[in-house]
Amino acid sequence: MSEHAGIDTAPPPSLPRAARDGRIARWRHLGPTYGATAALVVLVVANAIFTPHFATASNLWNVLLQVSEVLLVGLGMTLVIATEGIDLSVGSVMAVAGAVGAVLLPHGVALAALAALAAALVVGLLNGALVAWVRVQPIVVTLATLIAARGLAQVISHGGELVTIDDPAFLALGRGHLGPVPAPAVVALAAAVATVLVVRMTPFGRYLLSTGGNRAAARLAGVPVTRTLITAYAACAVMAGLAGLIQAARLGASDGAKIGLNMELDAIAAVVVGGTAFYGGRATILGTVVGALIMQVIATSFNMLLIPYAWSLALKAAIILGAVYLQRPARA
Amino acid sequence: MPPTRPEPADAPPLLRMEGITKRFAGATALDGVHFELRRGEVHALVGENGAGKSTLVKIMTGAYHRDAGHVWLDGRPVAFDTPADAQAAGVTAVHQEIHLLGHRTVAENISLGREPRRWGMIDWRRMYEEGARVLAGLGLDIDPRAPVASLSTARRQMVAIARGVSLGAKVLVLDEPTSSLAEREVAILFGLIRRLQAGGTAIVYISHRFDELWAVCDRVTVLRDGKLVGTHEIAALERIDLVCLMLGKSREALQHGATAFHTRHAARGRPEGEPLLRAEDLRRAPRLRDVTLEVREGEILGLAGLLGSGRTETARALFGADPADGGSIHLRGRPLDPRHPADAIAARIAYLSEDRKAEGIIPELSIRENLTLAALSTLTRFGVVSRARQRELVDRYMRRLGIKATSAEQRIRELSGGNQQKVLLARWLCTDPVLLILDEPTRGIDIGAKGEIQTLVNELAAGGLGVLMISSEVEELVEGSSRVVVLRDGRSVAELAGEEISARAIVHAMAAESPDAGAAAPAPMET
Repeated sequence: MSEHAGIDTAPPPSLPRAARDGRIARWRHLGPTYGATAALVVLVVANAIFTPHFATASNLWNVLLQVSEVLLVGLGMTLVIATEGIDLSVGSVMAVAGAVGAVLLPHGVALAALAALAAALVVGLLNGALVAWVRVQPIVVTLATLIAARGLAQVISHGGELVTIDDPAFLALGRGHLGPVPAPAVVALAAAVATVLVVRMTPFGRYLLSTGGNRAAARLAGVPVTRTLITAYAACAVMAGLAGLIQAARLGASDGAKIGLNMELDAIAAVVVGGTAFYGGRATILGTVVGALIMQVIATSFNMLLIPYAWSLALKAAIILGAVYLQRPARA
Repeated sequence: MPPTRPEPADAPPLLRMEGITKRFAGATALDGVHFELRRGEVHALVGENGAGKSTLVKIMTGAYHRDAGHVWLDGRPVAFDTPADAQAAGVTAVHQEIHLLGHRTVAENISLGREPRRWGMIDWRRMYEEGARVLAGLGLDIDPRAPVASLSTARRQMVAIARGVSLGAKVLVLDEPTSSLAEREVAILFGLIRRLQAGGTAIVYISHRFDELWAVCDRVTVLRDGKLVGTHEIAALERIDLVCLMLGKSREALQHGATAFHTRHAARGRPEGEPLLRAEDLRRAPRLRDVTLEVREGEILGLAGLLGSGRTETARALFGADPADGGSIHLRGRPLDPRHPADAIAARIAYLSEDRKAEGIIPELSIRENLTLAALSTLTRFGVVSRARQRELVDRYMRRLGIKATSAEQRIRELSGGNQQKVLLARWLCTDPVLLILDEPTRGIDIGAKGEIQTLVNELAAGGLGVLMISSEVEELVEGSSRVVVLRDGRSVAELAGEEISARAIVHAMAAESPDAGAAAPAPMET
């Protein structure tokens, strides 16, 4: 029973807060992404001044190489979070893809890569189906697939042993360069551009944001809500699979127990810092790119300054909390 | 059967609320409302949507703070900060959606928050004993050790009431207690209510079901648009009186002045269009029992009924949002069985939902994105939504419907209610529908926008579109519709056409005794 159907604004907790919300609503909408971009600029400039050898071309390529896997996973994660969901299984999906790719490599690079991505897709479809059809909470579904896929990856790689990779074409995916640009960075950048275009220009992009923004309304407007959810999880898993292949190629081996470990946390952090809100209905791909770069610049510069790793974690945590704080009141 | 008489009217009231006012974001939800509750009475609180029933109850039970007014409980002024405060003072609400912990036992739920303790640990034995005692005291045969989730809805409700009683409730608010109960369970609930009443507990009873009001209540307070209409002894009222009070009409005006409503309706007098949609015996448990209606091309069919009569359920069944369990739908003579809104949209049916905020707008998206949402597939070429065609469509409808916004890129949640509604209407018009279902199209929007939307709907019907319009404003139906179907308790009970359409006829059909009493036999279908 909606007693307040006649009132356009939902009853806020108190009036002063409502007034304040209205005044800075616009600023807040832009806040997270703009704030993150500003933070990135400050970080880069400060490092350029204070960190020896930071502002060099080789370091730039290094940062981009390091960030590419988190970025790939973060792009898919952005889509899933925009639906008001989350995907914890991405790290394990990377491991599955790496393992499948490494094991099938004797049958040819193309087949191995395709099979790896197909394996990732299957996990993604499973996630999506459980979320959309069975209506299990995303965090529970993907926690289960996180565990299962990690185990599966070790089974595939012959019971958990290290499968070394020596195919030069495959290794190029992780170690090659296009001009001065590392191959993984090229892949990640291309994926980012493609994701931006999909979100902004295709019906799927609109369906994604509608499903996350107001699922009941989307359904009544004829949006294929189920298909949209499944597609988001599937896309997320495929991008994670790609990241898994890159990591295996970069390391020159597939380790079912290690590849992609804790990647879900870094990816979620990049998305959140970039300004995509956990309550769904918004996706800022550019923000995710910026968020991933912030995290990477902090890690790299602390490393170069020989500051203990633990301190960089503390700073990362502060940045995540700051980003979440900026998003906090956006919904009345 | 008249329940045990409550104490005489001159005794001081148990609960007195005076001049209660509550505003939300500038809109007044309650305006100087008075309410008195006597010891041992069952007091009905009624009103249409937006009347302020829930707000009043929430203030009574500490969930909201009043902006003005005074409350006395047992003669002492009170101001509850939280529902817990109100409970401690003896005012407890049992809500529509029952707030119990499903996986805990009955006794745990009854004693939740004040579990008996022994050396700092929960004294389980005493907890079960006390639970059993409370249940027995209410004559309830429920196992205190059963998990609440294993009980039927009715029994869960009893447990919620038992919890209130064990908290020492002097005032118990029952918010639509029978909405999910079977008839037999309703009888059990009424027995419990009488038992509580005999013990001196006062009960505030919110329900849309008229039969229940006369069966169990002593007095009734009617609210409308946040204002008090009046408090009456229910035995002194006829059903028609209560409907008049709820809708804000005088009985005399209904009987004599009905001609005032017979104004210029464009559709009336137009030649009858071809049958467009015919729904027969639509059913969906529990609210939709037997609805039959027909919409023709170029007409506005009004769908009338009190809150809870099955209006929205009918619309949602036709649209496939909550598909019917039984009955049949034919669109232009071809059977249609929409299981999903997309099915109905493919058959060119559009549905403007009742709750704009919860089921209409996508708040974070722009006007452009909201407006084109249902028509995206027609705007897409090679997998890409065409910017140009989108722009053209949005410009056209923003101009035609007079949508006021800074630009098409403005986010929809920043618009006024009237403009949001126009965007949603445009969302459907650009799907080129043959049937437009409007569920309270003008609720909660300002007068200007309201008139514009009504005019537009008339123009659309004149252009051949079939319109099914749900409204709780009787005038809107009388002036706007070429025919009106009246629903009561999930059944279509009357159909009015042409000169038969009057506020009086509609209200009489809404209020009639019971579906099979014959007093308000359905008007014959037109020839």
